[in-house]
Amino acid sequence: MTKQQANWSPYDNNGGTCVAIAGADYCVIAADTRMSTGYSILTRDYSKIIQLADKSVMASSGFQADVRALQKVLAARHLIYQHQHNKQMSCPAMAQLLSNTLYFKRFFPYYAFNVLGGLDSEGKGCVFTYDAVGSYERVGYSAQGSGATLITPFLDNQLKSPSPLLLPAKDAVTPLSEIEAIDLVKTCFASATERDIYTGDKVEMLVLNASGIRREFMELRKD
Amino acid sequence: MMKIDFSGLDPSMLVKGNAEGLDDEILAAPSFKLPVTVDFDGFQKAAVQMVKPAKGTTTLAFIFKDGVMVAADSRASMGGYISSQSVKKIIEINPYMLGTMAGGAADCQFWHRNLGIKCRLHELANKRRISVAGASKLLANILYSYRGMGLSVGTMIAGWDEKGPGLYYVDSEGGRLKGTRFSVGSGSPYAYGVLDSGYRFDLSVEEAAELARRAIYHATFRDGASGGVASVYHVGPSGWKKLSGDDVGELHYSYYPVEPTTVEQEMADVPIA
Repeated sequence: MTKQQANWSPYDNNGGTCVAIAGADYCVIAADTRMSTGYSILTRDYSKIIQLADKSVMASSGFQADVRALQKVLAARHLIYQHQHNKQMSCPAMAQLLSNTLYFKRFFPYYAFNVLGGLDSEGKGCVFTYDAVGSYERVGYSAQGSGATLITPFLDNQLKSPSPLLLPAKDAVTPLSEIEAIDLVKTCFASATERDIYTGDKVEMLVLNASGIRREFMELRKD
Repeated sequence: MMKIDFSGLDPSMLVKGNAEGLDDEILAAPSFKLPVTVDFDGFQKAAVQMVKPAKGTTTLAFIFKDGVMVAADSRASMGGYISSQSVKKIIEINPYMLGTMAGGAADCQFWHRNLGIKCRLHELANKRRISVAGASKLLANILYSYRGMGLSVGTMIAGWDEKGPGLYYVDSEGGRLKGTRFSVGSGSPYAYGVLDSGYRFDLSVEEAAELARRAIYHATFRDGASGGVASVYHVGPSGWKKLSGDDVGELHYSYYPVEPTTVEQEMADVPIA
């Protein structure tokens, strides 16, 4: 008897790219706004970024239905945390919550490739990068999604932060200023748009620093 | 006489996972939602393809007269793409026990964190630290109960307890081995070569650290899936201490410095008339 094959997959890939860069006292999180399925574009104006706490922002590429479900779970958990502890969750705490949330669906994973950015309790920028089942590490910069393999080598060249594993320890955050980092992110997306069909339309950038959070948009190629 | 609490070792408690009240949530095994499908194995195989867990690694640990030396590389590769050069493969379970990571990164991170929680609960319930044998048995039992579901874990638990230095190898098939020398990962054959030829029980701490560092370096040299930073930790009677973290590219030139060769008289450029 031949093995039964499923005619239907619960997953789809909506494409897109996310990038985050941590600085000494800021963090930039950016994602394009194109949502695709197969070779079609579903919309040019879809936000992949969500602010989970006053100092934590998450950007996710992959299957946007799973991403939306994940965002809702995290937002609800954060609300419960605020009720129980009377304060906002710190970015490292949110990072571990996201890791556990992803791992609890280890046998039916969220098809979401996440990047979490924000400020830690000392006010320094922090970026956490994840795989689909929750393994995570704190890094100085990260890219996820369809354009990640195009952007990461460029960021390695421009930012190459020393590994946090080196002893004596060296700081992982980039010495770039906030303006330079934003410019770098714009360059990354402009280049990725040229060579990745799933990246384009617009890039949405969120910048977190001591004075709060601000949002910027830049137009990208729409072809 | 103090009654020792064995509930953590009871296998039936692990799989049932009753969650009455928030505190029981921590003790009980996490309950996982499973996909409703006719072909569970096929689904898991497809899911694993999608997740593409980072494999390819070199980790090693050995016991010598002054404790346990633990070392690992830091590269994570997804197929042919290097997804990270700075993965922490030596996980600090508690101040006197270390675990190494090989196989699925999320599986190792999550279950080591879970093991750390269980070890702390054991300390609070029994007013004494858990032994390395006990901790490794806890982990092995959990992994055995998930056997066949696609977890990928190849870990070594190293620590110092009342019996002295302890080292166990535990994997996701449910295997658990006590030993004095282990290396796990795609680079392990190369690491074993260096480790076995240089090993003596009466090495000093510096000599043992250098042996571990060299073994990892040679494995990263020959194995494409290993690289990044070679971290070396020592577990002694007062707990673990990180001894070094060196970029293997720089280690290469410190072990094999480039000899400046004498350059013969170079031909001068012909001046353009």
